[in-house]
Amino acid sequence: MREKIVPTKQKQVLEQILEISGEHIQDCIQCAKCSAGCPATSNMDILPHQVIRLLQCGQIEKIAASQTIWNCASCFTCAARCPREIDLAKLMEAVRLTLIRCSGNSYLKTASVPEKLDGKMPQQAIVSGFRKYSK
Amino acid sequence: MHKIGVFVCWCGTNIAGTVNIDEVVKAAAEIPGVVAAQNYQYMCSEVGQKLVKSTIKEQSLDRVVIASCSPRMHEATFRKTAQAAGLNPFLVEIANIREQCSWVHKNKEEGTKKAIALVRAAVAKAAGNTELIPGEIGVEHRALVIGGGIAGIQTALDIADAGYEVDIIEKTPSIGGKMSQIDKTFPTLDCSACILTPKMVDASTHPNITLYTYSEVEKVSGYVGNFEVTMNQKARSVNMEKCSGCGICSSKCPSRTTKSEFDEGLRNRGAIYTPFPQAVPNVPVIDREHCLKFQSGKCGVCEKICPAGAIDYTQEDTKITKKYGAIVVATGYDIISLDKFGEYQYGSHPDVITSLEFERLTNAAGPTGGKFVRPSDHKKPKKVVFVQCVGSRDKSERGKSYCSKICCMYTAKHAMLLGDKYPDIESYVFYIDVRTPGKNFDEFYRRAVEEYGVHYIKGMVGKIFPEGDKLLVHGVDALTGETIKIDADLVVLAAATQAKPDAEALGRKLGISTDMNNFFTEAHPKLRPVETHSAGIYLAGACQGPKDIPETVAQASAAAAKAIVLLSKDKLVNNPCVSEVNENLCSGCLECTHICPYDAISAKELEMNDHGKITKRTVAHVNEALCQGCGGCTVTCRPGALDLKGFTNRQILAEVDAICQ
Repeated sequence: MREKIVPTKQKQVLEQILEISGEHIQDCIQCAKCSAGCPATSNMDILPHQVIRLLQCGQIEKIAASQTIWNCASCFTCAARCPREIDLAKLMEAVRLTLIRCSGNSYLKTASVPEKLDGKMPQQAIVSGFRKYSK
Repeated sequence: MHKIGVFVCWCGTNIAGTVNIDEVVKAAAEIPGVVAAQNYQYMCSEVGQKLVKSTIKEQSLDRVVIASCSPRMHEATFRKTAQAAGLNPFLVEIANIREQCSWVHKNKEEGTKKAIALVRAAVAKAAGNTELIPGEIGVEHRALVIGGGIAGIQTALDIADAGYEVDIIEKTPSIGGKMSQIDKTFPTLDCSACILTPKMVDASTHPNITLYTYSEVEKVSGYVGNFEVTMNQKARSVNMEKCSGCGICSSKCPSRTTKSEFDEGLRNRGAIYTPFPQAVPNVPVIDREHCLKFQSGKCGVCEKICPAGAIDYTQEDTKITKKYGAIVVATGYDIISLDKFGEYQYGSHPDVITSLEFERLTNAAGPTGGKFVRPSDHKKPKKVVFVQCVGSRDKSERGKSYCSKICCMYTAKHAMLLGDKYPDIESYVFYIDVRTPGKNFDEFYRRAVEEYGVHYIKGMVGKIFPEGDKLLVHGVDALTGETIKIDADLVVLAAATQAKPDAEALGRKLGISTDMNNFFTEAHPKLRPVETHSAGIYLAGACQGPKDIPETVAQASAAAAKAIVLLSKDKLVNNPCVSEVNENLCSGCLECTHICPYDAISAKELEMNDHGKITKRTVAHVNEALCQGCGGCTVTCRPGALDLKGFTNRQILAEVDAICQ
C-alpha cells in the first residue's frame, strides 16, 4: 500500500480528504482530460482538473469558495477516462464531506430522527444522512 | 594459514551511509587469516586500486577480499588489479555489501552487522580459493542481426564493412521496417525513403551480408562466440532467382480482400504482393491464407502470366542452421491497439486515424498518391485536430505508463507538413506536455507554433462526437480554464509505442530478459547500454525502448562496434570456474550429462589395473571449453564427485558456517 503524499499546507484537512477518497492526488499530471469530458462544466466556475491542482497545492479555501464541487453529479466519466487512474468523483465527494464536517454545524441531530421517521423513509437514507450531515 | 587482505569500500555514501565502515574494518582485522584490513572512499578508483596493489606486495598477500558493490559491477576490475600485483585473479573475492546490504537496509546498526557477516563469509570462501588458469575457445566470425529495420540494417552494414560476415533475418517479406512507411523525418524534413532505400540496397548487395526475409528464429543454443541458430524461412512461393520483380502478378491478382499491412489498412493488397515499391528483396510473396489457389484450388493467374516462370506453388518452408559468434537484436517496435479508447471513435469513424496512417496518407506512394484527403469522402479537410498521448503516460490498463518519446516531434512534423502543402488548413494540437529534447528538436516544435501558426492547446481531448460530416472534439485549455469544442474534419491520434508482442518469446530463446513493458533489458543502463546480461548478444534500436531515428542509428553502430570487438578475436578467454570430476568418487551414473544445458559432459572409459586384471569403468568427463560454470551438475551429482572450481562445496559450506557463527 502506497503512502499518500500530502502537501504541508492545510495538512490536516487534506489528510482527511485523502483518507475518505483513497486517491493519490500527486499522480495527476494535469492533462485535463477530466475537464474535457465533464458534462457539467457549463455550471462550474473552476474546472475539474483545477480542483485537483488546488488540492495538490493545498488551497482548500479556493475550492470551498467555488461552486464546482456542488455541481459535480458524480457521473464518473472523469474516473473512467483518467490516464492516471485518479477517481476525481471520489475526490469531489470527499471534499464535500470534509467541508460539511468542518463547517461547525450538524444538519441532522439524533433527537430529531424519530420525528422524521415514517413509512416511506428508507433506513438507508437515515444512515446516509448521519454519515453526511453529522459533525 | 593464508594471508588475506580485506578492503572495504565506502562507495561514497552508497555504503558508508548505512554501514559503519570503521566497525567493519575492525571486525575484519580480527578474523583469523586476515593480515590487513583497509578502507577507502572509492576502492575502484585509481587511488583505491593502487592501495590494493601496494598492500598485496608489502604484506605478501595471497588472498584478497573486496567489500564493495556487486561482483557484476567491478569483479573484473579488481581481478585485473590483483593480476597487476602478481596475484592470480581468481584469488580475489567480492563481498557485496552494497546491493545486498546498504541499499536494502535503512538501519545503520543492522546494516553494519550484516556487512560484517558478509565480509566474514567472503573471507571464508577466499581461503578456499585456488589459482585458476582460463582456457581458450574459438570464435565463429559471423554475426546474426535479428530484425531488418533501420537499426538492423545499420548494424549489419557496419559489421560487414569491418570485414565480417553478417546475416540479417527479418520476419516480414522485406527489410526496411517502420522507417519505410514514413514520409519525411524530423528535424530536417528530408525524405525518409531517400535516406533509407540506399541503405537497403547496400545491405542486399554487400558481399558480406546475407538476407533471410520472411524468416523467423526458431531455436538458439550455445554461448558467446559460438551460437547455433536454427531459422525457419517461410515459403514465398516465388523463386527468388528467377523473379525479376516486374510486379505483373501483384497487379493482376484477383484476391483483393486483405488489408495492406504497409499502408496501415488504408487500402487492400493482393494475395501475392510486394509490401512496397522499393522493397528489398524486390520479390513478391504469396499470402497462402488469402490466396485463392491455396485456399480453393482455383485461380493460378500469377503462374499463368509470369513472364519469368518464377511462381512455385510447391515451395516449402526451409530450415537453416548456422553458427554465429555474435547476435544483435534489432526487432523494433509496434503501435498499441486503440480498441479500448472508445471515446476517440477510432475504428468506428473513418476520419479518426493514427499518426502512422497519416504518414501513409501524405506519402506520394500512399493510397491517395500523396493528396491529403479524408478517408471518408476524399475531400480535403479544413480543420485537423492532433491528439497527443493516446495511451502514453497512461497508468491504466488501457495504455502504457511511459512516455513514447517521439510523438511530440512527429506531430509537430505533421502539422508543419500540412502547413507547407495546404496553408489554409487549420491545425490544432492537444497536448499534456511538449517533450522535444534533442538536437534542434525544440526549435523544430517552436517553428510549428511561431511560423506555421499551429494552435497548441494544453489539455487532453475528453471525447469526440460525430456530428454530420464533422467530428466535434470536446477538449479543454488547461492554461486558460476554458472548455473547447472544435468541429474538426479529421482527427489524428498519436498512439503509444510498445514492444513487439513476441519480444518476450524471442528473449526466452536467446536467454535475455525483458522489462515489465516487454522491452529488452540492457546490461547496465548507463555503462553498457547495448549489451545484455548474456555475453555475445547485443541490442539495437527501439526493441530496447522508445527511440527516434538518430538515436536508433547511433545505437545500431554501437552494437555493431561491440559485436566487432568480439568477432575480431581468434580466441576467447573462457571462464575457468568450470566443473571438475573426481574420478575416484564418480559412479558413472551420468545423470550430469542429461542435466547439462551446454552438452559439456560426456562419458569416458577408464582402464584400471586391479591386481593384474584390466577392468574398465565409466566416469563423467567435462569438456572445459563448453562448460559455462552454471553448477547444475554439481547439484545433481549424488556421490559428490562433481565440484565447481572457485565455488566448491567446501567453499560454499565455509561461507554458510561463517554467516551462522
